[in-house]
Amino acid sequence: MVRERLSPLRLGFWWTFTGALFLILAAIAYVRYTQGLGAVTHLSDSFPWGLWIGFDLLCGVGLAAGGFAVTATVHILHLKDFKPIVRPTVLTAFLGYLLVIAALLVDLGRPWNIWHPIIMWNPHSVMFEVGWCVMLYTTVLSLEFAPMLIERFRERFKLDWMLKILKTVTPVLVILGVVLSTLHQSSLGSLFLIIPEKLHPLWYTPILPVLFFLSALAAGIAMTVVESWFSRRVFGKPIETHLLSRLSRVSVVVLALYFVLRLRDLASRDAFSTIFPLSQVSVMFLLEVGLGVLIPMVLLAFERFRQSPKRLAVVQGLVVLGFIFHRLNVSITGVEAATGRTYIPSIPEFFVSAGLVAVGMTIFVLACKYLPVFPEGPVAEVEKQRQLDAGMLPGVAHTRGVLGAFDRS
Amino acid sequence: MAHRSILVDVTKCIGCGACTEACQKSNEQPAHQARGLDEQTFTYLMDRGNDVYVRRLCMHCEQPSCASACPVSALHKTAEGPVVYEASKCLGCRYCMLACPFGVPTYEWHSAMPRVRKCQMCSHRGDKGPACAEACPTGATITGEREALLAEARSRVANDPKTYFQRVYGVTEAGGTDVFFIGPKDPVELGLPNVKSQVALPDLTWQALKHVPDVVLYGGVFLGGLFWLTKRKEDVARVEHADKGEHHG
Repeated sequence: MVRERLSPLRLGFWWTFTGALFLILAAIAYVRYTQGLGAVTHLSDSFPWGLWIGFDLLCGVGLAAGGFAVTATVHILHLKDFKPIVRPTVLTAFLGYLLVIAALLVDLGRPWNIWHPIIMWNPHSVMFEVGWCVMLYTTVLSLEFAPMLIERFRERFKLDWMLKILKTVTPVLVILGVVLSTLHQSSLGSLFLIIPEKLHPLWYTPILPVLFFLSALAAGIAMTVVESWFSRRVFGKPIETHLLSRLSRVSVVVLALYFVLRLRDLASRDAFSTIFPLSQVSVMFLLEVGLGVLIPMVLLAFERFRQSPKRLAVVQGLVVLGFIFHRLNVSITGVEAATGRTYIPSIPEFFVSAGLVAVGMTIFVLACKYLPVFPEGPVAEVEKQRQLDAGMLPGVAHTRGVLGAFDRS
Repeated sequence: MAHRSILVDVTKCIGCGACTEACQKSNEQPAHQARGLDEQTFTYLMDRGNDVYVRRLCMHCEQPSCASACPVSALHKTAEGPVVYEASKCLGCRYCMLACPFGVPTYEWHSAMPRVRKCQMCSHRGDKGPACAEACPTGATITGEREALLAEARSRVANDPKTYFQRVYGVTEAGGTDVFFIGPKDPVELGLPNVKSQVALPDLTWQALKHVPDVVLYGGVFLGGLFWLTKRKEDVARVEHADKGEHHG
């Protein structure tokens, strides 16, 4: 089926492209590790954090938020309908965190000391909290991901006992995951609380941690929808539209809450006036909030936009884009605006960021191909699904033989 | 020395550059023209015209943002006053550089084993104190115990209002520092960083960090409770469903 969807030509292009990117990345890595960060980046003493922090770290972690949202829905709220999308979101979150760690190994000046927060404590540092969250949540995610790998080899190596253990501890893992994610998402916002005078008032606010958490939730759900649509296109996997539609209703509520909180906060700090006169900075703000929050919120409120997977994917794509805008605005635009410094990422910086995304997508595609990520069923099941999605009552569309989230029951 | 600090009296500075020279020597850097803070330069003189020269150096905050930002305490405030750095602990996250309101820490961008670089108030010299103060021929930079030095700065400013602008820079900035400036003009006009925050910046992040235990405790109980309650509902529904099935069957 994969071959049906991905013509050899497209596959060939994909592999050539990734191969070339790998070579370029290796070259950049060589220069970076032998001659220092200055040789490949446009970072400077006055602009120490750039694209790798703003995009790879802040966005990577945020876009993985679907993982905790969906696992919590299924395993804490017991809304079992959502089970079919648990695995793809856990996979995305796990890959997201691995890529964040990869990005950190490139961005940190002394990456061989990355483990130091384990033994050298500074509980007053937000970065200390961030470090611990990355370590702990990656561990939790690896355990949540493990069943996909174990199932693949369970017969050959008799691994059923492992699955049993993992199934028993699932609720604990999920609760830990939600708590750690809440802390991690919000702490990324808290990082910027220490620079009240180096961040533009359109973005600096004491409630940054709350805003970071809410926007990550919205982005996590949006990513789940977008990638479900993607998997459907590429693999023809039966993802139920009504699930995505229901998730998108949650998006509306989360976006509305975020929007109201954002406006209320700007008003209470008298920061609205800084939008005028219109400048590059205020345009970035308007794009972020208008295109990334307001418009998708309104569109998703209409049934019409929630019925077709394609429309859902496009509108939720806007949410993802708005989220990326927000993180880059906080870490780059807002800092530029407040300090009067400029920073334009270097070409190698762009390459590394794009490269990590490409690596992530490649692993995602491979994992989907070789591991039991998506609900399995005979082709007929898929076709039936199609018909159901196409016109029949979406609510009736329950998949049989759907794989459990962490178990095969 | 109980708690060392530095006082820079801009009105006394003649711009000779002895402090920058002494600084480079003390930190074993090659002698060079100091034109701005960088990985080889921990202090320099800004030429503000009309024979006014203003020194820049680490302010050695009372509650340093850099030290609070550092995840591994590679930077820390010593009891003697200086804010010092230990490269062996550092991960290179550069959060200290972002956090510093005075724009002081610099980085070895072109090194494979980069370090954060900044003035350490010559802590390696021990009781001899900072080399810059020792080298200054006019007493524009002096060092001493914090309270005594601050009293000296205040009395100079108060006793000669014609010469001095009525403010000691470093008293309120970022919650107070261990380096003070007095001079003929508003410190911001002199080119010193305009740090408006009078609270120590680490307090701002602490406002968020202090809630971490609450999130873990209350969040854990809330989620665990939610899990338990909805699971019970599900179990009940399943049993009821099974019962119904039996009756019909």
